[in-house]
Amino acid sequence: MLDAKGKFVANAALASRKDVRDAVVAARKAFGPWAGRTAYNRGQVVYRIAEVMEDRRPQFEDAVRQSEGASAAAARAQVDAAVDRLVWYAGWADKLAQVIGNANPVAGPFFNHTAPEPTGVVGVLAPQSSSLLGLVSVVAPVIVTGNVAVVVSSYDRPLPAVTFSEVLATSDVPGGVVNILTGDAAVLGPWLAAHMDVNAIDLSGVAGSADLATSLEVAAADNLKRVRRAPDAEPDWAAEPGLAAMTDFVEQKTVWHPIGI
Amino acid sequence: MASFEYAPAPESRSIVDIKPSYGLFVDGEFVDGRGTSFKTINPATEETLAEVAEASEADVDLAVRAARRAFRGWSRMSGKERAKYLFRIARIIQERGRELAVLESIDNGKPIKESRDVDVPVVAAHFFYYAGWADKLSYAGLGPSPQPLGVAGQVIPWNFPLLMLAWKVAPALACGNTVVLKPAETTPLTALLFAEICQQADLPPGVVNIVTGAGGTGQAVVSHPDVDKVAFTGSTDVGKAIARAVAGSSKKVTLELGGKAANVVFDDAPIDQAVEGIVGGIFFNQGHVCCAGSRLLVQESVADEVLSRLKRRMGTLRVGDPLDKNTDIGAINSSEQLARIRELSDIGESEGAERWAPACELPSSGFWFPPTVFTGVTQAHRIAREEVFGPVLSVLTFRTPAEAIEKANNTPYGLSAGVWTEKGSRILHMASQLRAGVVWANTFNKFDPASPFGGYKESGYGREGGRQGLAAYLKEAEA
Repeated sequence: MLDAKGKFVANAALASRKDVRDAVVAARKAFGPWAGRTAYNRGQVVYRIAEVMEDRRPQFEDAVRQSEGASAAAARAQVDAAVDRLVWYAGWADKLAQVIGNANPVAGPFFNHTAPEPTGVVGVLAPQSSSLLGLVSVVAPVIVTGNVAVVVSSYDRPLPAVTFSEVLATSDVPGGVVNILTGDAAVLGPWLAAHMDVNAIDLSGVAGSADLATSLEVAAADNLKRVRRAPDAEPDWAAEPGLAAMTDFVEQKTVWHPIGI
Repeated sequence: MASFEYAPAPESRSIVDIKPSYGLFVDGEFVDGRGTSFKTINPATEETLAEVAEASEADVDLAVRAARRAFRGWSRMSGKERAKYLFRIARIIQERGRELAVLESIDNGKPIKESRDVDVPVVAAHFFYYAGWADKLSYAGLGPSPQPLGVAGQVIPWNFPLLMLAWKVAPALACGNTVVLKPAETTPLTALLFAEICQQADLPPGVVNIVTGAGGTGQAVVSHPDVDKVAFTGSTDVGKAIARAVAGSSKKVTLELGGKAANVVFDDAPIDQAVEGIVGGIFFNQGHVCCAGSRLLVQESVADEVLSRLKRRMGTLRVGDPLDKNTDIGAINSSEQLARIRELSDIGESEGAERWAPACELPSSGFWFPPTVFTGVTQAHRIAREEVFGPVLSVLTFRTPAEAIEKANNTPYGLSAGVWTEKGSRILHMASQLRAGVVWANTFNKFDPASPFGGYKESGYGREGGRQGLAAYLKEAEA
């Protein structure tokens, strides 16, 4: 990988199709236990990622500066925002169900309620430009809702993702919950989109590549993956995210039971 | 038991006036289609009911244009005014309920007791429910000022022709969208009667457009470039084709697709209630239900007892004239569907499962299939994996709750599931472990406009009904 001025920084692993498949296997194995944890616990785990990241703040600032050619102030601001973003999502773990789920007043003697549940294994093509804030903004909503992720990092700017992987490995995130591959979304995306054991895919990383995004959506239709579409251009990740990144990857389960004595 | 035979109790069909031919409903008027026409028949008698226009691509284009023109006024109308139209439609549906029920049974083949007591009341309830949302959208949890999407292209199936129309049209209109709806080829008549109801309610022209036809017409609706939202209920294969067709577009999509629901009966279940639930789960609407409980998973220790009671109960089901009020199981909707049910049932036998059906005399004309149960079914059998969409139940057994969960989830589908046990904590555990959008515990096949419905996995995406159903038809306001 090169820095913003084209100077050699380090060699990053170039993930292959086989790596994608292995990551999906690891993710599937992790899904049940992760989804089964209490929302309180998942929130704590995500919050802990933010804490560990905060501890390694200088390293992240350097990584962002090198990758994006950002000024020191801009890199600092991006790391700030990334930490805040994780904390923001951490808090959603035990609140989302209260905001988007509800009891249903049906016309009959039934207990009836609807609550969100994770969709499963989510393939995430992380944003290409925003190497850290963008990455955190697409990974956090997936895992805080109980999903597990197979992430393809920014191709040209993988350094913050590598550092982020080290944070995940040394915080409380169980193995397999987040799998990060450094590589090319255009190469790995088709395998993820066509993988029959992947339940959803976030196409943020192919923003602006309409043809590629369309072909990935077509591939995703084979098992009716939930798709978060690629935007026309990479959005401003500093803006308040809203709920969509979470609601795109949850199902709503409705349970009925008769009421009686 | 023979001494208690019921006398025939047919519902009069004189209340319904079926025209010899129907055009399309576009921009508030019935118009001739530019394409060919096709016949819709009564599946119980094979009698031709009417000639119906097959909308061509050009017809669909006219309908979409009408919907686009109407969108301007309809979306800007205040929510409370839109609500009044929906309330009025709901009232007319109630007033004309008998007419709708009889017509539905004639065109679809479903028993009048179901069209009268389930379909039509739930249809009216949907319009009432969503009427009440029209002026409260900012409280739906979708942002402070959510906006309609535009023109909704909606394609619905033949199993619940009017109910699926209500599920699609009511929320779309409440949110300020306009609609181009294509009813199923074999069951277009109640949608065309609904068009008359729209006229009767003085709904502004173009807000609802109905284009009849087959797959080609549906494709034209779904792929029209000026359609902003696609809503489809039907087979998983067609759902996947739609997902491919809209790839790369900005169309919002909801898909309500097939299912292969597990109905799990534990050894502590109230057996008689469970048997009623099993029967309702698979034989309701001839089994033409995407969420039908078509895989019975029964705990091994009670399997013999459940099966013997189930067979005894099946022996009391009355198959025959859909317009007879005593009929439990009506006609199969079409010869194609009957052929599919027969094919999969024959495969069930050839793969080694044991087939049983009570002795029952089937009418000589029309399309009929007796209530049928297969025992000795394994997870690999095609009748346990593929959606039969008919009155055919596959029975599997299990020993432990973990095995029940494993088997129940062993399907690409995930629309619904059932659980029968007296133990509350077990119900909640099962409900959380079953990968399905709707879980009925100690009940089955219950529907209500306030209750979201939709699938996991290959049963599609999005929800219909409830507050969640609004999300399919709204977007956040653009800054």
